[in-house]
Amino acid sequence: MNMQLVTGNHAAGYSMSLAGEANRQARGVVCGIYPITPQTEIVEYVARFPFSKGRVIPVESEHSAMGVCIGGSMNGARSFTASSSNGLAYMAENVMVAAFYRLPIVMATVNRTLGPPWNIWADQGDSLMFRDFAWIQFYCDSNQDVADTAMLAFRVAEDPRILLPVMVCMDAFIVSHTSMEIQLATQEQADRFLPPCDIPHHLDAAHPSTTGGMALPQDTLTHRLELDEAMRAVPSVLEEHRKEFREVFGRQVTGAVSAYRTDDADRILIASGTIATTLRDVVDDWRERGEKVGMVRIKMFRPFPTDQLRDLCRNAEKIGVLDRNYSAGTGGIFCHEVRAGFQGQGDRMVQGYLTGVGGGDVVPDLVHEVVSDLTKRSSAGDPVWKGIES
Amino acid sequence: MNAVISQTGPESRDADCLLRPGSTNCGGCGMSTGLTMLGRALAGEDYSLVIPACCGIVTAGAFPTTSYNVPVLASTFASAPAFASGVAAVNEMNREPESKPPHVICWAGDGGTYDIGMATLSAAAERNENLIYICYDNEIYGNTGGQRSSATPAAAKTTTTPGGKGEGKKEIMEILAAHRIPYAATLSIAHPEDFREKIQRALKMTGFRFFLIHAPCPTGWKTEPAESVELVSLAVRSGVFPLYEIFDGVDYRINVEPDGSDPAGYYSKQKRFRGQEIDLQAVKVSASARLSRLRQLSRLNQEGSD
Repeated sequence: MNMQLVTGNHAAGYSMSLAGEANRQARGVVCGIYPITPQTEIVEYVARFPFSKGRVIPVESEHSAMGVCIGGSMNGARSFTASSSNGLAYMAENVMVAAFYRLPIVMATVNRTLGPPWNIWADQGDSLMFRDFAWIQFYCDSNQDVADTAMLAFRVAEDPRILLPVMVCMDAFIVSHTSMEIQLATQEQADRFLPPCDIPHHLDAAHPSTTGGMALPQDTLTHRLELDEAMRAVPSVLEEHRKEFREVFGRQVTGAVSAYRTDDADRILIASGTIATTLRDVVDDWRERGEKVGMVRIKMFRPFPTDQLRDLCRNAEKIGVLDRNYSAGTGGIFCHEVRAGFQGQGDRMVQGYLTGVGGGDVVPDLVHEVVSDLTKRSSAGDPVWKGIES
Repeated sequence: MNAVISQTGPESRDADCLLRPGSTNCGGCGMSTGLTMLGRALAGEDYSLVIPACCGIVTAGAFPTTSYNVPVLASTFASAPAFASGVAAVNEMNREPESKPPHVICWAGDGGTYDIGMATLSAAAERNENLIYICYDNEIYGNTGGQRSSATPAAAKTTTTPGGKGEGKKEIMEILAAHRIPYAATLSIAHPEDFREKIQRALKMTGFRFFLIHAPCPTGWKTEPAESVELVSLAVRSGVFPLYEIFDGVDYRINVEPDGSDPAGYYSKQKRFRGQEIDLQAVKVSASARLSRLRQLSRLNQEGSD
């Protein structure tokens, strides 16, 4: 076992680098990198890694960092990078291209508040702006989850039924800069878990094709339909690869969702990232008082695990969704998706809470207030802002 | 899967041709002639193209077929050198021992080079990536119907400078030379032999190599398609677009000596300059100053190497 005391950033850089090295018998690894707080340590780790067959290119912008990844991946290499916040916004155009070119690029994303005002603390608004870009998205809740998900991500992304890029997201500082003792993969395990990266449509002089030229509306529609089919195949493919992950690494990695004390719960709280770990403790407190409260952590945001949520929340009368992100004028983004998922599923109340937007701490007392509000409430209303000092 | 993103075509009759027969490009298009000349210069070479948003990618035509007979990767507007850096890195790490990797060539317009792609281009040049970057300069955003770029010359009317552009053209060769890249050169479709020689010279080198092609755009310049080659020939002869090469950013050589032709004809044949007061004396002075500077840089180098 390879136990080490590492930060979330280290865990991400470590796992992705091992995955890159694992492709040394195939076409190698290429990464375009660019720094931004709080992910910089990830690309620094990658830049230091002694790849046997790889090149890490420190470029002049996030836009070009993803551009290098696209070029490398389109030429058959494994490819990954990392970014955060305004860096992701600057990268946006090429982020979209990576998915629309069906390239299995993995990006560690440290969720940081978008500026202005300039703020380096945790908020998921940065990666969630890509919700319609056909990237698979995982929101991790711990350093171990980052390490394992960053490895699993390549297996899912490169699966020939999928061929979509993956974002492995973590909360700024709470995960990225906090050290935990976790189990890290060995190179031998990474080699065993990851088959050689095979990109079927890579550039090939023997069969010259033009990638990304013009397509008329009917053909573009087909392209979008294929993206949709790939996205819909993710849940079952993810489960297959989680099983293999367990066989190779001897531990379980969380899938699309994880539930805690939901079976008989009449109230269920839903959250993602590190807020979910706080929820777990709060649920125990309410259970001790005999209150039937449970929680669900959404780890996979795209594709959205609607079926699993419906199943887990089938007995709940009230659902409270805690979002560390905000879509102006409409509330939390996870809440939108949950509400849409329960449309036509009976008159279940779904109430949104904005918690930790802009990086504020989401402490147990704040979550207790959320549960109290949900308990008292007879109907859902506007999203409730928490953490505003009066 | 991937049906729509990759366009292929029938096997070409000529394996060495870059462009397959049939194209919807405008008559007299300098970019198209440039592509044909590039294909001839590269006959027998293994290479792929990275093309940002520009007429060059529209040249491929619509899915499911393509005019290009080599692998082509379309990039976002500003990204050609970044995409190409990734492609070239993989070529390098997968090349056979003792052999050169396949060439990676960016083919971009002036908008993608002088304007939106400037930072990406500069960064790739600074890293001395093993790429050939070719800018076909038609001095306009041609694909969008003719807007001003920083390559548009002074006085030219465009849809965004309806009264004529007030500023001169950006001296991109000097910018690239300042990166001290191994090789930079200008090309003209009026000088096919010089074109081929310089492309083939660049093929023997490694590192970042830059070409600037003067590419007439009859649609944007409001010129007769049949006069395209004559126009750029006049630009070379009058010193408006001199043909020269720069080694390592410092070693200049003039390839075709201007014959002192009057640039008046170059301007009068283009309706984009019509109604504008062109100070031909100033044009002559500016062309001659540029030439003197090029001669001086060439001579300095010759003296230095003696």
